Amino acid sequence: MYPAKFEYVRASSVAEAIGLLGQHEDAKLIAGGHSLIPMMKLRLAQPATVIDIGGIAELKGIAKNGNTVRIGSLTRHVEIASSKVLHQHCPLLAEAAAEIGDAQVRNRGTIGGNIAHADPGSDLPAALCALGATIHLRGPAGERAVAATDFFVDLLTTDLGAGEVVVAVEVEALSEKSGSCYLKFENPASGYAVVGAAAWVALDGKRLAHGGLAWNGVTATPLSGAAVIKALTGNEFTDAAIEAACAAVEPTDPLGDVYASGEYRAHLTQVYGRRALQAARDRAKP
Amino acid sequence: MARILGTSIKRREDPALITGRGKYTDDLKLQGMLHAVIVRSPHAHATIKKIDTAAAKAAPGVVAVYTAADVAKAGTPGMIPVGWLLPNLKIPPHPMLASEKVRYVGDGVAVVVAEDRYQARDAADLVLVDYEPLTAATDPKKAVDGTAAQIHAEAENNIAFDWEIGDAAAVTAAFASAAKTIELDLRNNRLIPHAIEPRAVLADFNSAKGDITIWMTTQNPHVHRLLMCMASIGLPEHKVRVIAPEVGGGFGSKIHHYPDETITAFCSMQLDRPVEWAATRTETNLTDAHGRDHVTKAELALDANGKITGLRVNTYAAMGSYLSTFAPAVPTYLYGTLLSGQYTIPAIHCRVIGAFTNTSPVDAYRGAGRPEATFVVERLLHLAGEATGLGQAEIRRRNFIPADAFPFQTQVALAYDSGNYAPALDRALEMVGYDQLRRDQEIRRKGKGKQIGIGFSSFIEACGLAPSAVVGSLGAQAGQWESAEVRVNPTGSVSVYTGSSSHGQGHETTFSQIVAEKLDLDVSQVDVIHGDTGSVQFGMGTYGSRSAAVGGSAIWKSVDKIIEKAKKIAAHLLEAAAEDIEFGGGKFTVKGAPDRGVAWGDVVLQAYLAHNYPADLEPGLTATTFYDPANFTYPFGTHICVVEVDPETGTTKLLRYIAVDDVGNVINPMIVDGQVHGGLAQGIGQALWEGAVYDDGGQLLTGSLMDYALPKIHNHIPFELDRTVTPCPHNPLGVKGVGEAGAIASPPAVVNAVMDALQPWGIRHIDMPLAAEKVWRAIAASGRV
Repeated sequence: MYPAKFEYVRASSVAEAIGLLGQHEDAKLIAGGHSLIPMMKLRLAQPATVIDIGGIAELKGIAKNGNTVRIGSLTRHVEIASSKVLHQHCPLLAEAAAEIGDAQVRNRGTIGGNIAHADPGSDLPAALCALGATIHLRGPAGERAVAATDFFVDLLTTDLGAGEVVVAVEVEALSEKSGSCYLKFENPASGYAVVGAAAWVALDGKRLAHGGLAWNGVTATPLSGAAVIKALTGNEFTDAAIEAACAAVEPTDPLGDVYASGEYRAHLTQVYGRRALQAARDRAKP
Repeated sequence: MARILGTSIKRREDPALITGRGKYTDDLKLQGMLHAVIVRSPHAHATIKKIDTAAAKAAPGVVAVYTAADVAKAGTPGMIPVGWLLPNLKIPPHPMLASEKVRYVGDGVAVVVAEDRYQARDAADLVLVDYEPLTAATDPKKAVDGTAAQIHAEAENNIAFDWEIGDAAAVTAAFASAAKTIELDLRNNRLIPHAIEPRAVLADFNSAKGDITIWMTTQNPHVHRLLMCMASIGLPEHKVRVIAPEVGGGFGSKIHHYPDETITAFCSMQLDRPVEWAATRTETNLTDAHGRDHVTKAELALDANGKITGLRVNTYAAMGSYLSTFAPAVPTYLYGTLLSGQYTIPAIHCRVIGAFTNTSPVDAYRGAGRPEATFVVERLLHLAGEATGLGQAEIRRRNFIPADAFPFQTQVALAYDSGNYAPALDRALEMVGYDQLRRDQEIRRKGKGKQIGIGFSSFIEACGLAPSAVVGSLGAQAGQWESAEVRVNPTGSVSVYTGSSSHGQGHETTFSQIVAEKLDLDVSQVDVIHGDTGSVQFGMGTYGSRSAAVGGSAIWKSVDKIIEKAKKIAAHLLEAAAEDIEFGGGKFTVKGAPDRGVAWGDVVLQAYLAHNYPADLEPGLTATTFYDPANFTYPFGTHICVVEVDPETGTTKLLRYIAVDDVGNVINPMIVDGQVHGGLAQGIGQALWEGAVYDDGGQLLTGSLMDYALPKIHNHIPFELDRTVTPCPHNPLGVKGVGEAGAIASPPAVVNAVMDALQPWGIRHIDMPLAAEKVWRAIAASGRV
């Protein structure tokens, strides 16, 4: 497991990182390193230059501003999983972060690195899509915001342009009466999600007022459950209604591998979607 | 002094290991050391048309690049020998570097040696090999069906051997008169051992002396020296020193003699410099000898009372691309001989065809043959318990070899020396709360939700390998005794030199306990030295749950010899007859006159001073024993697994795991429990998660830990352990061995539990690992959703 030769440079600010990306051809940013380094050791990735952004202070931390929670891109999974702010205002993200890898991975890996890598079995993307999160990117042309649902473009491919850096993720603070659940079917080898359903709901009495649903692992990018939420919104939020809405989900081009076929993933999509919605409902206050 | 034998003292090895003071092979650095990277075939089966090493040789830091042609030019034998022969065994040559053909993905074709390992790795990509790919054979049954690619010219139809044991005619008769028969087709899944420390070698040839020192990850350094010297590198045994530094696990995978250590030694001999090679985790996946990989048809005959009357087993066992060191023994003498299990079976016949396949070689892996046998027997018993209506406890109880029938001669060669099977079953039933559990299961079965399943495994193993004359008659090319030299130092402390080389088992603790107990010393006064052919007299190593039973017995006998000699010295000092001297409480006393005594330390010192000493006695106080066991040992037990299966997803959740083992007397209960835990972790892993998968072209689809599901701690539950104690009658410690028990017992316990949960769907069998999708598909196919 010996990577090919590469240059290492360290950036002390986002501006410097953007500048270095422009100067070095075939460069990759490194933050926690828990996606990039394994690929380099297997020589699946052989960047000429690795730009370390791990020390940039402005990209770290979780803060609530008004009705949004902003998470700096260098915030580690362990911080997200244990954040009081997130547990209070967006527990879905904390629950998903707690499912990532093992303690070592969570202690090193960052939210920015995670989403920039865009592994379909990763735990955060579906949660961000279900929450309608916004990804903030900064590049040579300045800063722009992209909806999470637009950020994930394809397998291991994002909307990040040349020279762009993920600087933060923003989610809307949810009502404390809402309920959420991240329910994961873990690949027993890799720990990645075969299927990971992320759901949140806000109730109006027994009816679904608002909500979000998306799945990791099923398709190349997070599978949207918007149609399920739309079908259920305004109606009585019963087990039967949830089951019927989820049974209508038929993923296009589900992923398949040596462990789980596309057909099986499609089946799990329905089951885990239903169970996650039920659990979210049971955690919500009317 | 308080007894120490049988107590859970902490492992004496651990302070060094957990504070990073342990030195493993890859930690060792020698002046001028070079690094080797082996260029491996990406094809499962191909003809080598040309190898071009020019670009690699010109790369920065590269000192040498060798291929099979260089090995031939050097006059080095360069062959990998086989250590166990069977009648009519086909033994195709196994060159350390492939010359004309490659036969599995990972087969070495060249080696690059450079100043650092990054340079070696970079240059390895520059070795250009022109391959002509051939079709591959990967399935052991299909490989011998007459249509598959021919892997070796020497083995027609890819058959390495066609072996049988038992009485075919008696079995035919038993089936002809059976009241009920059970038939089962199964596959015992291929496993990758995955020791936490990948294999590594550091070879240091000294041309001035003509000798070589090889530090390596080995479970048996003396055996490796023997296999290495003549057939592989062409040096005589006394010029080869093999040292096992700390070794981070093996599970069998570090018994075998691989090409890699030979290639590394060859490089050092060519360059007259130290050369190191360390496997990457990818190489571990591709080239460590795998385990299991059987395709089996098994049939059981029963009479009207549910008594077993006959057992017929036909197995295709994968050998992989070449015969690994002990590969021929594993699916034959360590498998067919165990098929009587804990049961009186009057007629057994087993036929095994060993098949060459374009895969990594297959050899001994924790349990080696015995898990495969136990799986066959206990899966059949489960089905018999259902088919007869007797249930899982009664079908076993009715067929157990009675406690008064020992020694018991089975129909498949082994003679069990001792056993008492019912108490372990009774205890397991009590621990699990069996009757209540069955009531809970009935309630669950009324609903459509998650189902409970209960699985049994009443297993036996043959351990304490092994009586040398017996294994010799069966084809072993080595004895299987163990040696121990006990050296009492002039100040009374003791150094024990054992041939049983530890790679995680805790020998330094348990062996010290034996000596401390017998000599009434504090355990701190005893050191255990192992793993170096340069300091240890000789040894056969650690495998087959043999260290305590064979290695420990050798130590015991040596200590007896020490006491015997010390008594003669004490008798001289006390002016008494040696027969009248007693030893206890740290001193030698005269029988009937307990006040006339001399302390251990005074006797030991006199052994070395020899100032006041018997005229007919040599000075010094050391003793050596080569202990050859009289029989195998036969640990047994009953395990019960309880699972919950979610029919909607096919997932299995472990709820309970009860293991009642009988390993005879216990030296250190904590270490024994730890061995059971580790074995269970692996055996349950085989049942639920692990499985090496090759595609039809011979590519390993589970070539990394991203795809090969090694169990993690969060996959397991706390195990509930207990023991019964039936001491081994033929070794002085009464111990039987425990290293493999968990891995042998648990796969059928888990699979039986899942099948029990799936009984409402009429599902009889699903091959391991019981991946959720397979279970889900079986439920869907049952038509009873």
